[in-house]
Amino acid sequence: MQNRAGWLMAGPAFLLIAAFLIIPFFMAIGFSFTNQRLVSPNPTEWVGTANYERLFGIAVLTLEAERDEDGTVRTKDGEPVFPSLRSYTRNKDDHPEYYRKREWFSFGRGEDRRTFVLATDVVFLKAVRNTLFFVAVVAPLQATAALGLAMLINRKVRGINIFRTVYFMPVVISMVVVSMLWRFIYDGQNGLLNTVLDLLTFGWFEPVDWLGRTSTALPSIMAMSIWQGVGFHMIIWLSGLQTIPASLYEAARIEGASRWQTFRYVTWPGLRNTAILVMIIITMQAFTLYPQIAVMTGGGPLDSTQSIVFQMVERGYGKQDISGGSTISVFLFLFVLSISLLQRWLTREK
Amino acid sequence: MTLERKTRLIGLYLFLGFIACIFVLPILFMVMSSFKPDLQLLSDSSSLRAFLPVGDLGVDNYRDAFSRAPVGLFIFNSVFITATTLVLSLFLASIAAFSFVFIEWRGKTVVLAIIIATYILPFETVAVPLLLLVNNLPWLTAEGVTWGWLNSYQVQIVPWIIRALEIFLFVQYFRDLPRDLVESARVEGASWFQVYRRVVMPLSGPVIATVAILKFLEMYNNQFIWPIMVVQEEGLRPIMVGLLYFFQLNTAWGEIMAYLTIITVPVLAFYLVLQRAFIASIASTGVKG
Amino acid sequence: MKLKTFGVALAASALAAGASAAQTTVAMWYHGAGNEVESNIINRIIDDFNSGQSDWNVVIESFPQESYNDSVEAAALAGNLPCIIDVDGPVMPRWAWAGYMQPLPIDESKIADFLPGTKGIWNNTLYSIGLWDAAVALYARQSTLDELGLRTPTLDNPWSRDELQAALDAAKDSGKYEYALDLGMAWKGEWFPYAFGPFIQSFGGDMIDRSNYTTAEGALNGDAALAFGEWWQNLFAGGYAPGNSQDGADRDTGFIEGRYAFSWNGNWAAVPTMDGGVEDIVFLPAPDLGNGPTIGAASWQFGVTETCAHPDGAAAWIEHAIQDKYLAAFSDGIGLIPSTPSAAAMTTNYAPGGPLEVFFGLSNAQALVRPVTPGYPVVAKVFEKALADIADGANVADTLDAAVDEIDADIEANNGYGN
Repeated sequence: MQNRAGWLMAGPAFLLIAAFLIIPFFMAIGFSFTNQRLVSPNPTEWVGTANYERLFGIAVLTLEAERDEDGTVRTKDGEPVFPSLRSYTRNKDDHPEYYRKREWFSFGRGEDRRTFVLATDVVFLKAVRNTLFFVAVVAPLQATAALGLAMLINRKVRGINIFRTVYFMPVVISMVVVSMLWRFIYDGQNGLLNTVLDLLTFGWFEPVDWLGRTSTALPSIMAMSIWQGVGFHMIIWLSGLQTIPASLYEAARIEGASRWQTFRYVTWPGLRNTAILVMIIITMQAFTLYPQIAVMTGGGPLDSTQSIVFQMVERGYGKQDISGGSTISVFLFLFVLSISLLQRWLTREK
Repeated sequence: MTLERKTRLIGLYLFLGFIACIFVLPILFMVMSSFKPDLQLLSDSSSLRAFLPVGDLGVDNYRDAFSRAPVGLFIFNSVFITATTLVLSLFLASIAAFSFVFIEWRGKTVVLAIIIATYILPFETVAVPLLLLVNNLPWLTAEGVTWGWLNSYQVQIVPWIIRALEIFLFVQYFRDLPRDLVESARVEGASWFQVYRRVVMPLSGPVIATVAILKFLEMYNNQFIWPIMVVQEEGLRPIMVGLLYFFQLNTAWGEIMAYLTIITVPVLAFYLVLQRAFIASIASTGVKG
Repeated sequence: MKLKTFGVALAASALAAGASAAQTTVAMWYHGAGNEVESNIINRIIDDFNSGQSDWNVVIESFPQESYNDSVEAAALAGNLPCIIDVDGPVMPRWAWAGYMQPLPIDESKIADFLPGTKGIWNNTLYSIGLWDAAVALYARQSTLDELGLRTPTLDNPWSRDELQAALDAAKDSGKYEYALDLGMAWKGEWFPYAFGPFIQSFGGDMIDRSNYTTAEGALNGDAALAFGEWWQNLFAGGYAPGNSQDGADRDTGFIEGRYAFSWNGNWAAVPTMDGGVEDIVFLPAPDLGNGPTIGAASWQFGVTETCAHPDGAAAWIEHAIQDKYLAAFSDGIGLIPSTPSAAAMTTNYAPGGPLEVFFGLSNAQALVRPVTPGYPVVAKVFEKALADIADGANVADTLDAAVDEIDADIEANNGYGN
């Protein structure tokens, strides 16, 4: 009896997920081993792991600095000069292992040697790095800020509902719309942010092209993303806070606990489940970073805002390479799965 | 009220107000801009005038937006698609979660784990395979079975009904409910469905509100790539596709701001309505903890 | 399927109220949703057609331009294309190659005097025909040229690379302008290959090797291309032109407000610019950067799908639509260059002596279509990114090499696109 009731009740939901997520995803896994295109009269061909090899093709090359005839290291602007990488990366016959690769990063080894890490798909690797950076910054910051706000508005004073609503307002606006609005704010010449900073510092502030510089583009997008999303997590924290019985706070007050002690020993333990929920949701949302990039920067400047999902869409649809896009999505799935398993293991009940 | 308390209260309000400004100013910019002509909008956008109702104000942008695109139709489509999905989602997700938490059945751990794992799949991952799939699915109409879901409401609704997060949220919430309530109802002879409907759901106001808001936002704000792929008739397009009507050469920013303001109203209203229910339900149940 | 038929029938009956019942419905998709002027013109042409004969009834569905290609490709994948589609010129070979389109079933003598850029020819076969073309020119003010002491270039005698450089230096040194040259970097997407591809061609390079369309090696990363890359990078590094973060509003108003000395812009912006108060505007032809002056060509065109059940109906409609009076109507309505000289004579702007007549000459003399290959959409994307990166300061040779590799990998994955 229990079996039948259980299946009957969970069945419809599971069936929908299986039909509209799981089956298509298995189709995507299949595509990732082919050369499937969105638009093509050619029959689809099995290509094995070629798509994966392209994503992760890496080679390491250590070069000696060029020397003058007398043996001294040739320098330019105080830096040693190395032979052109092109003679390796464009030379299929002599150096097949470096062929069609480009520099990802390099580091010096002593005076006259430098190691270059070459990769077939530098853009993708940068996208992975940026996405990780985005998650690592946004998830904790947004969760903490949301908790701070939740505690701020978890009090009974007149008009608090108005503030709750106002703080939540950005959440109801689509990320696409938010990104369009914030382009005005981040504008390099006469954006609102530059104007406000200029006013606050009495003209001392130099205008910054927030989205146009490699150093500020991704952080700007992070700040905006937190602004947009923090209200939602604030509400989740708030509902967690409201389940902590007032009697516990009363007891803490009688014991003479400080504010920090109250938070540490009453509030935080009461929020355990909420914390896990918030972290999972934020991490997932952060990993699928996409509309902000598509609307604001298109991955630039110089790939500093490339993200995994943006690359997935760019390839699958923009460049109509369904197999390439599918390969990235399989990677993303496995990658996030392993991270969430790790997260689960770290937050397990000891 | 003592002076000290008064000062602290004022300080609190100042702080709350400062934070409120951070959240509300960009939205204020959107709303104010929607009443300004393009040239003024752009020149204002570099100063604090951007937030103020100053200059040559009017509703021309709204009038022009409505004549450029069938705005009402797009909003109707989005609201209809969202509402239908939302109702189905709340029912199917909650009843599935109920089964996962309160009923013992073979295979449920595995099924739940699989469902939760799908949370990782962004929709973009499966869009193309899904297009091929829905193009070959049957649908029942008054005139019999038809094949292929393109150009319909159902193609924008059915694939979106359930996401892992909704089930997950319900599961998390149900796990904290006192189990003896369920067990005593069973002992009294209630069927599983009666327990779900009469015991568990009445206690689930907060999580229903949370899921409803989340689902509403997902459906109302983010339906973009999929409708472009599966809907060719103008009459079935949702609001985010409608936004593209406004990106012509020499972008009409005023009209865009007007359009954005209009489409934000339903979702804000939905939140405000739900917020009352949501907070009231927390106060009245007092079940948790 | 019944639901769909019902929908189409409903739309048809709404649009074609009064048309005779014997007419066969021919569906058409168009990219102009949201553009009221354009929609009005196309609807008028359709009304004229539907009421002017008794065999066919054309029914239009309009899409926003931004997502039009995606909609067509998804529909093709699902086997759901209409009879007539419009197609952006450079994308046509891909759709023809993929089997979406059939050779245009109209008599070529009817389009003999059309501008070359308006004929969609791939593999020596005509697949599509455009009612207009677009052209790009270097916008300037006569007063600017006079003040800076610059020669006015002509079609026969355009500026050389050095002259262009001297003009940019003069504008920059005058200190009167925010930037000397507005390239329109705010316009992402197709603008890049359309507007800047001609620069690399004028240097002697190209986006792809057009001799066989099987590789970009040598064309996009040869010496000419590297020289182009350095030149391009210097436009931004040297402070002559606003870079990738230029915002759209500046693009629209910068030249009109006198903040930019020169602007590389399309003919569609000419009327708004003149209306904006630039009275002494001159449209200068593209400079000769070493290998002859070039501008891009080919805009939206009409074609017939492979699955079309009534190609004769589609052909009848297209032959109806390419009449001079409609070419002129589009030109007057949205500022585009009419495809024929006789239509140009009927327009306000492109008639002999008209303010934009020069564009007709540019289209005729300097136009070179973008690479005519099914691989074009990928080439365009890769080229756009390479140019954006170089403008941001990326190493020129590395960037172009990587672009070549990506284009070549795509060509290989598609078995050479039939070449």
